[in-house]
Amino acid sequence: MLSRPDRLWTLSEAEIEALEIGSAILGTGGGGNPYIGKLRARQALRDGHQLRIIRMEDLPDDAKVVSLGGIGAPLISFERIKEGREGLRCLRALEERLGFKADAIACEEIGGQNAMEPLITASFAGLPVVDGDGMGRAFPEMQMTTYAIYGHRSTPSVMCDPHGNVVIFDHAISEKWHERMARACVISQGGASTLASAPMSGAFVKRFSIPNSYTKAIALGRAVIAARQRHDDPVAAICAMENGRVAFTGKITDLKRHLKGGFVTGEALIEGFDTCSGQTASVLIQNENLVFKRDGVVEIAVPDLIIILDIDTGNAITTEMLRYGQRIAVVALPCHPLLRTPEALEVVGPKGFGFDDIAYRPMAADEPATGSAS
Amino acid sequence: MYRLGIDVGGTNTDAVVMHDRDVLAGVKAATTEDVTSGVLEALEQVLAKSGVERGKIANVMIGTTHFTNAVIERKHISPVAAIRLGLPATACLPPMVDWPEDLREAAGDLGYLVRGGYEFDGREIAPLDEDEIDRIAEDIAAKKIGSASISSVFSPINRKMEVAARDRLLKKCPELQVVLSSDIGRIGLLERESAAIMNASLLALSERTVDAFGSALKSTGLHCPFFITQNDGTLMDAAMVKRFPVLTFASGPTNSMRGAAFLTGIKNGIVVDIGGTTTDVGALQHGFPRQAATVVDIGGVRTNFRMPDVFSIGLGGGSLVRRGRDGAVTVGPQSVGYRITKEALVFGGETLTATDVAVALGEADIGDKSKVAGIEADMARGARAAITAMLEAAVERSRISPEPLPVIAVGGGSILMPDRLGDLDVLRPENFAVANAVGAAIAQISGEVDRIYSLENGLTRESCLKQAEEEATKKAIGAGASAATIEVIEREDVPLAYLPGNATRIHVKVVGEMGGGDAVAA
Repeated sequence: MLSRPDRLWTLSEAEIEALEIGSAILGTGGGGNPYIGKLRARQALRDGHQLRIIRMEDLPDDAKVVSLGGIGAPLISFERIKEGREGLRCLRALEERLGFKADAIACEEIGGQNAMEPLITASFAGLPVVDGDGMGRAFPEMQMTTYAIYGHRSTPSVMCDPHGNVVIFDHAISEKWHERMARACVISQGGASTLASAPMSGAFVKRFSIPNSYTKAIALGRAVIAARQRHDDPVAAICAMENGRVAFTGKITDLKRHLKGGFVTGEALIEGFDTCSGQTASVLIQNENLVFKRDGVVEIAVPDLIIILDIDTGNAITTEMLRYGQRIAVVALPCHPLLRTPEALEVVGPKGFGFDDIAYRPMAADEPATGSAS
Repeated sequence: MYRLGIDVGGTNTDAVVMHDRDVLAGVKAATTEDVTSGVLEALEQVLAKSGVERGKIANVMIGTTHFTNAVIERKHISPVAAIRLGLPATACLPPMVDWPEDLREAAGDLGYLVRGGYEFDGREIAPLDEDEIDRIAEDIAAKKIGSASISSVFSPINRKMEVAARDRLLKKCPELQVVLSSDIGRIGLLERESAAIMNASLLALSERTVDAFGSALKSTGLHCPFFITQNDGTLMDAAMVKRFPVLTFASGPTNSMRGAAFLTGIKNGIVVDIGGTTTDVGALQHGFPRQAATVVDIGGVRTNFRMPDVFSIGLGGGSLVRRGRDGAVTVGPQSVGYRITKEALVFGGETLTATDVAVALGEADIGDKSKVAGIEADMARGARAAITAMLEAAVERSRISPEPLPVIAVGGGSILMPDRLGDLDVLRPENFAVANAVGAAIAQISGEVDRIYSLENGLTRESCLKQAEEEATKKAIGAGASAATIEVIEREDVPLAYLPGNATRIHVKVVGEMGGGDAVAA
C-alpha cells in the first residue's frame, strides 16, 4: 500500500537511546519514564524486527492509520511489565472488528513512555509509524490529542492487558466519555493497559498531527548526548534546538502534592540561583508541568512546554521524581500552532486544566505557524 | 564502652578506636589485595596506638567497598538461577536484559520466567506454577548452581509467592542459597530483580569475606561481635552480610559523611571529603546523608538502592597544577593519585600538585617545605583561587537551603580547604583523615517500610504513616536497635496518579543505637 518503502527511516539502537532522552524531555514532567519502553524497543530490534518511520508527506491520503499507546499509571508499568504483545492484540482485534487492514501506526503522545509503544507494535505488525503524534508533548487524558480536538472520533477502540483480555469500546458519545470509561476499565486490568483507537485517514493524520515528532525527539536526545560528550551545557543545547529558553535556574525548596480526582496535583517552589538569584518561581503540576510563575506572576502556561531538567545532565525530571533540594533548570519550549487555536485551547489550555483565572499568552505568538493546519 | 571502626577503601584501610564518643586513636594502612592482611595491619597499629586492652573492645564495625569492587571488576561473581514470577505479564523483558554482557555472563545468564505474581491491588496475576518451579529445581541441580534469586511482581506489597517458590525450590535443592527480591529492593521490578540477582551472585564471596574478617579479628585477639555498615550508614551483623552483601554497596561515602557529622556534632551541613584524586560533596540532613532520588548504576546495572546524593569533582591533594596557554592556572582533574608520596614536590618528586601549593602558601606543613620555595607567587595564588572556586561551586550545588549551613572538611586532602567558603564557615574536625572509620564505628541500626497504601475506609495519610512507622520500628528493634533510641529519619508519601482509592506510596525509615547492654552511650 505504501508506494515508497525505500523512503522509510529504519531506527538504529543509537536512535532508540536518543529517543528515550528526547521523549522524556517532551514529557514535560509526565508521560512516565520511557526506560522500559526503550528496552522493549531494543529487544524487538535485536529479535530481528524493524522499527520504521514514515515521513508525513509519504503517507497516502487514503492510508488507514491506527493510533495507540499505553494507558494507566506509570508506576505500574515499572513493576508489572507488559507481556509485550498487548498493542498487537489491540490492533488485530480492531482490524477484525472493523474489517480493515491498517497501513501505518500513529503515536498518541510523543512525550514519555508512549513514544515507544507505537514503534514496538508496528515492528511486530510489519508496519511503519508516522513521524508525528497527537500531542507534541505529554497530556494526561486521551481527549487531549489533536486527533480528538480536530474531530476524530476515537471509538470503536480496543484495550488489552497482559492476561489476554480484550475490551472493545463500541461507541462513546464524546471523547471525554471514552476517556472516563477507559480509565475505569484500566483499573480492572491491573492499572496499565494498551489502547488502540479507531483508524484515521492518511489525509486527516497529515493535516492534524503534530508533525515530525520522532525526528524532533530523537534530535533532542542526540543534542543532549552530544553536549554531554563535549562537556557543553545540555540545557542550552535543548533550547537551541527547539527555539526555547531557560525560564529559570534554581533549587527546589518545597513541594506540595495532593490527589485531586485521580490526578496528582501540586506545586514545586524554586529558589533561584545564578542569573535568577534573588527570585523565586513555582511550577504548578497536574501529572505534567502546567504553569510557570516567576515571583508569583504567571509567565508560561500550558500548552506551551514547561520542562524541568537536571541542570547538569539535562535529564528530564518527571513530576514524581521531583525532590526537595534538586538543582534544576526550567526550560520553556513553544508548543505547535495546532495546540494554540481556540478549539485546542478549550481542551489543553489553562482552562482545560481548571485554571480559569489564567489567560494563555503564547510564548511564541509571532512565530509563523509551520504546521499543516495553516 | 570501647569500639573499633575500620574502613576498607580502595587505597587505604583506616581504623579507629573509640571510647564512647571519644576517638582514642586513628591510623591508616595500605589496602592489600587479599584485604585481610591490610585489615590485620590496621588493627594491630590502632590497638597499639590506643593502648586499649583487646578484651575491652565491645564491638567492631567494618565499612568495606569489597563487594562493590567485585561487581565493578567482575571478579568472584558466581552463577545464579534468576527466577521471576509474573507470567503472562513481564514476558517481553527477561531477567538481566539491561545488564552489560560481561557481567550477565559472569552471573551465568540463566533466567527463568514462571507464572505468578500480583497486581497492584493484591489480586494474583496467575497462581504460582509449582510444577514449573519443580522443573527449574531439577535444572538447577543438574547444572550444579549454588544460588538463586526469586523476584515476583509487586512482592514489596505481597511476598507470599516469593516465599512459597523458595520453599518449593528448597525441597529439591536443600543446599541452594535463595535470595528474595522483597528482602532487598523496592517497587520497580527490573531494578529490584537486578539487585537480588547481584546479591545472589555475591553470596559465595560474602561468605568467604565475612569469615576472613572474623578470623582476622580473632587472630588479633578480638572476640567481640562485629558488624558491617550498609549504604545508609547503619549496621548489619555478620550473618546478615553473608545474606545481603549488596546492601554494603555505597557504604564508603556514607561512612565518611556520618563520621563528619559525628566528629563535629553537626546534623545539618555540607560534607566535603577531599581525597587524593577526587572530592566528594554531599549534604547531611538530621545527621544522615541526603539520599539520591534517582536510580543508581553499579557496574553498569540500574538498581534502586537508596544511595547518598554525592557529587564528585576532580580535585584532590594529588591534583596537577598547571598553567594553561591563556596564562590561567588550572588544578586537576588529572592527579598523581596514590603516587603523591613519590611524585609531589614536597616529597622530593617533580610534579607540582595541589598539596605543594598548600605547603608553599604556609597553609599546611607536609614533607620538605624547602622544595616548594621556588614556586612563583602568582602561580601559587592562582592555584589557590582555582581550588577555592572549585570547592565553592561544588558546595553551592549541594546546599539545600539559603540558610548558612556549616561546611565540614574531612579526608586526607582537606588541607586544601580554606577557612571560609563564600558566606559559609568551614570546620575541620580532629581526626578528619579517618572520618570514614569513625563513621563505621558510630553506625546505627535501621528499619524501613516502603509500600502502597489505599487511603480509604477511614484510613488517613497520618494513620498510614504511623502504621508504617511502627512497622519500621519493629524491624529496627528486631535487627538489634534499642527501643529507647529509635528516631524517624525519613518520612515520605507520594500520591499515585490514575489509581483508585487514593493510592499513596509511603516510605518510612527509622534508626536507633545498637541495643543491649553494650549500647552506645548517648
